[in-house]
Amino acid sequence: MATESTPRILPTEITPESVYERRREFLKGSLALALYAALPAQAALPAWKKTAWGRDESPNTWEEVTTYNNFYEFGTGKDDPAKNAGSLRTRPWTVSVEGACLKPRTWDIDALTKAFPLEERIYRMRCVEGWSMVIPWLGFPLGELLKQAQPTGRAKYVEFASLYDPKQMPGQRWPVLDWPYAEGLRLDEAMHPLTLLSVGIYGRELPNQNGAPIRLVVPWKYGFKSAKSIVRIRLVEKPPATAWNRAAPGEYGFYSNVNPEVDHPRWSQARERRIGEFFKRKTLMFNGYGDQVASLYTGMDLRRYF
Amino acid sequence: MWRNPKTWLFLACLLPLARLVGLGLGHGLGANPIEFVTRSLGTWTLSFLLVTLAVTPLRRLTGQGHWLRYRRMLGLFAFFYGVLHLTTYLWLDQFFDWPDILKDITKRPFITAGMTAFLLLVPLAATSNDRAVRALKRNWSRLHKLVYPAAVLAVLHYWWLVKRDITQPAVYAAVLAVLLGLRLVWWWRKRAGAPATRLSAG
Ligand code: HEM
Repeated sequence: MATESTPRILPTEITPESVYERRREFLKGSLALALYAALPAQAALPAWKKTAWGRDESPNTWEEVTTYNNFYEFGTGKDDPAKNAGSLRTRPWTVSVEGACLKPRTWDIDALTKAFPLEERIYRMRCVEGWSMVIPWLGFPLGELLKQAQPTGRAKYVEFASLYDPKQMPGQRWPVLDWPYAEGLRLDEAMHPLTLLSVGIYGRELPNQNGAPIRLVVPWKYGFKSAKSIVRIRLVEKPPATAWNRAAPGEYGFYSNVNPEVDHPRWSQARERRIGEFFKRKTLMFNGYGDQVASLYTGMDLRRYF
Repeated sequence: MWRNPKTWLFLACLLPLARLVGLGLGHGLGANPIEFVTRSLGTWTLSFLLVTLAVTPLRRLTGQGHWLRYRRMLGLFAFFYGVLHLTTYLWLDQFFDWPDILKDITKRPFITAGMTAFLLLVPLAATSNDRAVRALKRNWSRLHKLVYPAAVLAVLHYWWLVKRDITQPAVYAAVLAVLLGLRLVWWWRKRAGAPATRLSAG
């Protein structure tokens, strides 16, 4: 794996410019960084280490990443989450790991981020709608958490449940989706070293609109697979029902791997617009993570299991 | 010129475009400006179509014929925003990749519906002048009935493109249903009344 064993350093020791400078739009980027540095400090995350993931990518700006979101719990418009997610309370927060495992446990969010070393990974994120971003995530591999729970032989899939509380999440007052939001992965996908549980972006805690306080990041799948504001992780025997699959089974499959050759029934997936870029770019198989994950699907008809 | 209400209407119809230009200059179009512009222009195309379709019912319900004077301008603005909307698609979405565009139009129901709606509007825009009205005589109003299927297809276009939350297209569909429903009622009444008129005339 491409993890680089740099020594652990404090967030304050990082020169943000060297990491986040965008080659294009240099001026805009440095302005955004200046603003971002001027933001009041949030509850600090434990120290993390940088990794080589995505070193060659130029991340989107903080503003792009935090104002253009799909998070239907706060409304269906792209700018709704940034406007409405202030009502979400992320402390106290617990995440239960349960189901087919020997050591189920309900984790306090802060205990979780202390128990598992955080790392920064810059991943591409491809939305099923045809746009993409590059985001510097902070988190730890989901597999580490699952290993600790010791899955039994019956554990074949992992189910993720997001928070359900219409008072905090006003979008849940409408049945746009079957709440709470549910997602799922096959166990081997969940254990894959690329699969991340993220608690931060850009070296700070996740903003509410990005799925605070803890969310999934599965970079080779369409964005909606990466459940946000997770409260329960359950090891199960059967493929779990997932929110978008239940809403439109013909359009959103269980796997939902990024695949330029399998179109959404209503639009093409061959290209994508990287937010901030003028021209569209070609979408890559498995969002460009084929070297790492293609082997998970050998022999599978990806048209059938879309 | 400034006393003519048409001048003011003309300027008002340009406001949606002016707003987009203003937002663009002020970097107010959000993280995905091209999507923002495409959608805004689509919304205005549909809105102008519906406003145009509201003129005749408005005239009948208020009994005031002067509304009719604005219909042509409103219809042409619907077409104008439609052209801009289509242009953003052809240029900023597809970058004039014609094979891909052709595939898109034939394969994606929402694009097929939008394109058909637009093509139906072309002859209407082309005949929105006094000369065409005179030349086509009764055929002019027959031809311009194409605006009904165009509007229905436009709403379908919107309905089919949203991912999940159909509130907005449903609102437009409801407005269109009222506008077309009124015509249906009037047409029905006229038909029911017609034989009687003929009898008395005979
Ligand atoms: C009379 C003709 C048309 C009308 C009234 C119309 C109306 C609309 C409306 C209301 C929207 C949605 C705006 C929103 O989401 O807020 C839209 C989006 C769109 N339309 Fe049209 N449209 C028309 C023709 C066309 C044509 C001819 C094309 C292309 C061939 C087209 C391509 C699109 C695209 C690509 C979107 C954006 C989809 C997205 O962002 O996901 N439209 N249109």
